[in-house]
Amino acid sequence: MTYESMLAETVAIRGHKGDVGEAYYARPLGGGPWPGVVLIHHMPGWDWWIKEATRTLAHNGFATISPHLYFREGPGSPDDVGARVRAAGGVADEQVIGDVAGAMAFLRAQPYANGKVGLIGFCSGGRHTYLVACSLPGVDAAVDCWGGNVIVDDPKQLNAKRPVAPIDLTEKLACPLLGLFGNDDENPNRDQVNRTEARLKALGKPYEFHRYDGAGHAFFNAARPAYRPEQALDGWSKVFAFFHKHLAAPAAARAA
Amino acid sequence: MCSYIVEKAKLFGSAKGPNGWMRIDTANVYYDHPFHAPLDHALGIDFINEADGGRERVAVELSAESARELVEKILAALANGEIEHGKAAHHAAAPVAAE
Repeated sequence: MTYESMLAETVAIRGHKGDVGEAYYARPLGGGPWPGVVLIHHMPGWDWWIKEATRTLAHNGFATISPHLYFREGPGSPDDVGARVRAAGGVADEQVIGDVAGAMAFLRAQPYANGKVGLIGFCSGGRHTYLVACSLPGVDAAVDCWGGNVIVDDPKQLNAKRPVAPIDLTEKLACPLLGLFGNDDENPNRDQVNRTEARLKALGKPYEFHRYDGAGHAFFNAARPAYRPEQALDGWSKVFAFFHKHLAAPAAARAA
Repeated sequence: MCSYIVEKAKLFGSAKGPNGWMRIDTANVYYDHPFHAPLDHALGIDFINEADGGRERVAVELSAESARELVEKILAALANGEIEHGKAAHHAAAPVAAE
């Protein structure tokens, strides 16, 4: 009999400006050391499916933490909190970068950490993943799942909370990037995904993009009509392979 | 939801939510991925009291077709209701003969 186990619970982390907030943390139990992943939630918020995705990564060998980017809104159901954040125009990029930095530090501080940390984000979280991977040191791999607004075609859409289009920071990307996109998605649309890929290629950045037919936005999300099981299963397998490849502990450290 | 595009309507009125009746001063209206309705996109309306902090909302999610149907019915109800209450006001103004 093979024994598998994990621990999944809410933890406190220090985020942007040292604010203490909540995060959902799922990790394999026993064995290790384990690579770490920060999961950046989608715009609807820190909801059931995000926590399910966190557990899915832990089940596959990654100590995974999903910080609640809307914790400063106070208590409430994820949809009510998400609605308030939408009405307020979202959360500031600077704040997200600070909160993700706090989550990365949390992962590296654990005694069973192998020292490698990856990022994965869905929807606006995909955009945040791209942004953080271009902004913070210490990111060993990044996965952008259908992040819209990496390219900003209308400069009027830039504002105080989102002053820079992440595509303009691509030169600073310092880790391999995996991108997963549905070809029926309108944000990002096929043209925007192609242009993002062209930029990565032009700058010689290590990346792999996969585009799925018959899938639109949020096609991993089993809680939504957008769910596409075949494409999602294939996408997840690519995520696990990518993270296992780039977040493995260095051979020298393993031998020590 | 994948857009921050929100139309805000300033309102005068009340809404009934899980905590009973509340005064509302704003409707946040948006067309995006819904939370509950089994649709890819829905017209969402959040009735809130923004002056009070907007923490409580009465929310609906409708298909685009339903939202357009609702707009028609709102206008029809207003038009018919104003005529009807106009008639009622006319009757009330008529003098009642003393017994």
